[in-house]
Amino acid sequence: MSPDSAAARDPLAAPAALSAPVTLPGALAGAEPVESVCTPIRMTYTYTPGRALSRYLRAMAGKRILGERCGATGQVFVPPRGVSPLAGAATSEAVELADTGYVESFNITRVPIERRPDLEPPYCSAWIVLDGASVGFLGLVIDIAPEEVRIGMRVRAVWKPDEELETSAANILGWAPTGEPDEVITDYERIGRVEASDR
Amino acid sequence: MAAERTAVIGVGQTKYAAARRDVSMAGLLREAAYRALEMAGKTWSDIDAVIIGKAPDFFEGVMMPEIYLAEALGAVGKPIMRVHTAGSVGGSTACVAASMVQSRVHRCVLTIGWEKQSESNAMWALSLPQPFATSVNAGAGGYFSPIIRRYMMMTGAPELIGCMVAHKDRRQALLNPYAHLHQHDLTFEQVVDSPMLWDPIRYSETCPSSDGACAMVLVDEAGGDRHAGPVAWVHGTAMRSESNSYGGRNMVSPAASEQCADDVFAQAGIVDRRSGIDAVEMYVPFSWYEPMWLESLGFASTGEGWRMVESGATGLDGGDLPVNCSGGVLSSNPIGASGMIRFAEAALQVMGAAGEHQVDGARRAVGHAYGGGAQYFAMWIVGAGKL
Repeated sequence: MSPDSAAARDPLAAPAALSAPVTLPGALAGAEPVESVCTPIRMTYTYTPGRALSRYLRAMAGKRILGERCGATGQVFVPPRGVSPLAGAATSEAVELADTGYVESFNITRVPIERRPDLEPPYCSAWIVLDGASVGFLGLVIDIAPEEVRIGMRVRAVWKPDEELETSAANILGWAPTGEPDEVITDYERIGRVEASDR
Repeated sequence: MAAERTAVIGVGQTKYAAARRDVSMAGLLREAAYRALEMAGKTWSDIDAVIIGKAPDFFEGVMMPEIYLAEALGAVGKPIMRVHTAGSVGGSTACVAASMVQSRVHRCVLTIGWEKQSESNAMWALSLPQPFATSVNAGAGGYFSPIIRRYMMMTGAPELIGCMVAHKDRRQALLNPYAHLHQHDLTFEQVVDSPMLWDPIRYSETCPSSDGACAMVLVDEAGGDRHAGPVAWVHGTAMRSESNSYGGRNMVSPAASEQCADDVFAQAGIVDRRSGIDAVEMYVPFSWYEPMWLESLGFASTGEGWRMVESGATGLDGGDLPVNCSGGVLSSNPIGASGMIRFAEAALQVMGAAGEHQVDGARRAVGHAYGGGAQYFAMWIVGAGKL
């Protein structure tokens, strides 16, 4: 085939092998063709959090935030997944963190979330970097209009009432501004803190 | 021992659409596969192995679909291999297919990527409730918008750069008969006025949800030499990945992206990247990723990618580095195919077979894909001649 004939070909024409008519057996003559069948599926699963996250979730029930420090890099991860990506090593040392930090970046969402009918758009979701942590995690910014949220804004956790606490990150309803001066961000490309242990 | 020279001799794409109800998943793949075989002048019996890729199985809820699709893809009794690297998978799959020929394991392989988003739920399928995280993220847009916000802060780029990219790609899609979105009357003002979904990402700066498949036939050097039709020679392939969360990670231009680009340009022997490449097909699901990847791939220096967009340098109409002449991911997004479409469109450009969205005289082109939390990368460079 030459380039000329490639250009001349109708790009949307059915491939020759697929353009032959389909002949149904006589018994199916006049049957209504079925194009698709919708079969919803469902899967129930049990989540096994593992060592680091189990420790974190149990501390959550007592309104404490437990991260884990990497022995090789000094980086502190929260929620801890038990590994330090840069070192390729397991973390082992538990570190208790304050429930304060700053907004690393954020998003004002105007799309409803299926599982959160309580969350009325627009709302602000943000990466929160806790004091003493090396990386951020996603949280909801509350008690401020979304358009007033700033990169570097200082925030504090707003916890559920004590009688509703469970072993879940959902114990933190959101993150509210503390009113302190904003963190100074010098490198917008990079996330988190490289030298968390220096703070 | 040097790697076997590898050539693309066939490209096949389906029409991309919100819902291809006229075909099953297998039928969708066969449409792309037959078109690739026709262009290559091959039949199923010429194919030694099939390399397929798609985004997570959770999307359609069909687990390990490669097993059920083997028969539809002529792979009974032949090796079939599944590749899985999230959104970058179409690109990674093409790299793996090329490696099968480069390593002389096979002489002629069929590679294919697809997604049937109309039968899936890409927005929520991966958002499983987890006790250690709060459910506040609304899909990929929610994930990438904070990164885009950091890029905007870092560069001080004018606010409407993203809208310029979106308008350009949607205009260029009008020249591509396979593109999903053909918005003939879309004006720049309409892009600007479209609603914010994930501020700062507007509706019109977001990729659509598409059904579609893309296939290629790759052969060894003798096969490329024998082929009477147009040929794209593979000048380099590279893949890199990294964790999406560690302190000090460069979210705007991840280390894995920069290293992947360094590798593929070195393989192709290209030093001045902007002048050495005639066309780029890069993975831009949200408009601002065009200037971000221009910098990460080394076509612009850090903080300067948006200036290329603003000056029109990336437009098919007069730009020196046309980007996404096919309309890109912003105009068609069958996720598992989207990366392979980039690679295939790069091949079509150097074959001179891109039709109305052809870059005149294109000799070397880049295909690029990324996935996950901007953490999986795949790239290739193809040329009209052998390296």
